[in-house]
Amino acid sequence: MRLAELSLPELESRLTQGLGLVTGPFRFHLTSRQKRVAQGLHALYADFEIGTFDYYDYHVRLAHPAGIRRWLRPQIFFWLDDFSPFKPLPADHDFAQLEWGMNWCIAGHAHHYLMLHAAVLEKNGQAVILPGDPGAGKSTLTALLALSGWRLLSDEITLIDRDDGMVVPLARPVSLKNASIDVVRNFSPAAVIGEAARDTHKGTVAHLKPPAESVARMAEKAMPRHIVFPRWRDGAAARSSPHSKADAFIHAASHAFNYSLLGELGFTLTAQMLDCCDCRNFEYSRLSDALEFFEGLVA
Amino acid sequence: MKPACSDLILALTSPPAMAGFTPAQWDRIVPQARAAGLLGRLGALAAQHNLAAALPKPVWHALEAGLVFAERQALAVHYELAKLDAALAGLGIPVLVLKGAAYVAAGSPAAAGRMMTDIDILVPKQAIHDTEAALMLTGWVSSHHDAYDQRYYRQWMHEIPPMQHIRSGTILDVHHNLLPETARIRTRPDLIIAAACPLPDRVCLHVPSEPDLILHSATHLMHEGEWKHGLRDLSDLYALIVAASDRHDEFWPQLAERARELNLERPLALVLVQLQRIFGLQAPALDLPRARRFGDRIIRDLLTRALSGYHASCRLPLTGFAEFILFVRSHWLRMPAHLLIPHLLYKAVKREKVTAEEG
Repeated sequence: MRLAELSLPELESRLTQGLGLVTGPFRFHLTSRQKRVAQGLHALYADFEIGTFDYYDYHVRLAHPAGIRRWLRPQIFFWLDDFSPFKPLPADHDFAQLEWGMNWCIAGHAHHYLMLHAAVLEKNGQAVILPGDPGAGKSTLTALLALSGWRLLSDEITLIDRDDGMVVPLARPVSLKNASIDVVRNFSPAAVIGEAARDTHKGTVAHLKPPAESVARMAEKAMPRHIVFPRWRDGAAARSSPHSKADAFIHAASHAFNYSLLGELGFTLTAQMLDCCDCRNFEYSRLSDALEFFEGLVA
Repeated sequence: MKPACSDLILALTSPPAMAGFTPAQWDRIVPQARAAGLLGRLGALAAQHNLAAALPKPVWHALEAGLVFAERQALAVHYELAKLDAALAGLGIPVLVLKGAAYVAAGSPAAAGRMMTDIDILVPKQAIHDTEAALMLTGWVSSHHDAYDQRYYRQWMHEIPPMQHIRSGTILDVHHNLLPETARIRTRPDLIIAAACPLPDRVCLHVPSEPDLILHSATHLMHEGEWKHGLRDLSDLYALIVAASDRHDEFWPQLAERARELNLERPLALVLVQLQRIFGLQAPALDLPRARRFGDRIIRDLLTRALSGYHASCRLPLTGFAEFILFVRSHWLRMPAHLLIPHLLYKAVKREKVTAEEG
């Protein structure tokens, strides 16, 4: 059953008991009494499969600490089972805390996969990986491509299957920061953006709802074909240049969540991926140029 | 008293049983194993018994992830031990590797999927300063800079303040004894050092003999005040003892005799009770005349509670209380009252101050 089939009050009540949510290969069991968490899930995860399952990969919970901080400048803790990996956040950052917490669960535990710190989208059967240098505009570009008919596989964590080297989708919401929230909102009337969390350690953060088709096809893996290092620069003319494979390897390995943990397998998977991909730098200022460039890559 | 979490224990003691667990059982076992630091052990046991294909896919993925983590740590331990060997070779002393790193170095059954937080070594007491100096020259730095903590370790404890490598971040505990200088029971580290076995391809690194390794791990566990890794450490002992007792008949009497020589009868007796209660280990009655103390029954029940309380779903009634009492006991065993009370007062006042400054 899809999450959208629940009304908001029904979702809230399910969340207090625990809700099973499927994202890519993972089943999360979410428990929360926070109204904003229910609202965020209702707005952004409407197309995701929910249900009651026998086994969950991660049991996560958002809850107030005991004691006075429940009322006085309320805070919220993220829990995986009995373990809380982060310091608590102000309670109105609870949905962002859930998103970060879910990322942490996957990045910190799912070592069955090679996990790169990169966004990844697919069109015409070709996955395009966008490694993330902070400030390069990776998430903004991911959001714009997702809103332009590309299939969103993941915004933050690129999962590589150890058995076949293919990209495994998560199809979770895209995390947007500060000015890019309005850029994305103005780009398309179809953009559904959740309520913003202000004054987080990353500034203002809001999430873009993944396209329904990306969510519906989350079980469909994709072959990595391109690695693009994007850079947005004010006033720059669109320009693409080859990026050395050796450098792309080092970048992917040093930004991966578990490259060294996987040892030889990490090396083999990264090398296989580089063998299948061409690597380019892409600098731009106008969105239309970017869309044209990416269409050209997979034509 | 029957411990909770019996499915996890069954997986550890009879690995083929894992193939018969339902997804709903795994939904409890995996979080419990993750909390106890035993995911890697389950992964290793499942791999040894070729169970990967028999487990639900996401369960095997979780176990495999734990195993990958543990194997990476084992590789790192081999690397760190090679560096330690080179750093300390010039001192002309035997250096004993203890606990997790010793299991890995010796390829012991307790190495399978063992997750680790630090490396422990033991050196002769008269060489402790030279050891520390040699380590500092190779990038290990002392972690406690506070004058009080320095004195606490150097005057009273069985180890110098933990050291950390500036590049790898690895934590190293350097011991000169098994128990604090101020502890209620005294043992003979010199006998353990004398009986240690050299590690192949190493100059100065040794591992304790099999009975000594078991007695040290048992002593460490029974004198602990923190129980986060209690079940993991107990399962190490289970693996060590089962393998050793299967291999030769003289194991049990030799272990008992060694415990008498080292004055470690009581920790051995306590740990055997827990292994019997929690893991169902069948140990013969051993001749340990100095093992019994007043209040044994209560201590045993408290230990069982603490050792099984690593996940909310396994906590028995009074587990929190048991942990508190055992925490107090661990300090009580560590130093006499005239040292302990001022120490705890100092720590309490200092914590208040730090909390106030942070808040």
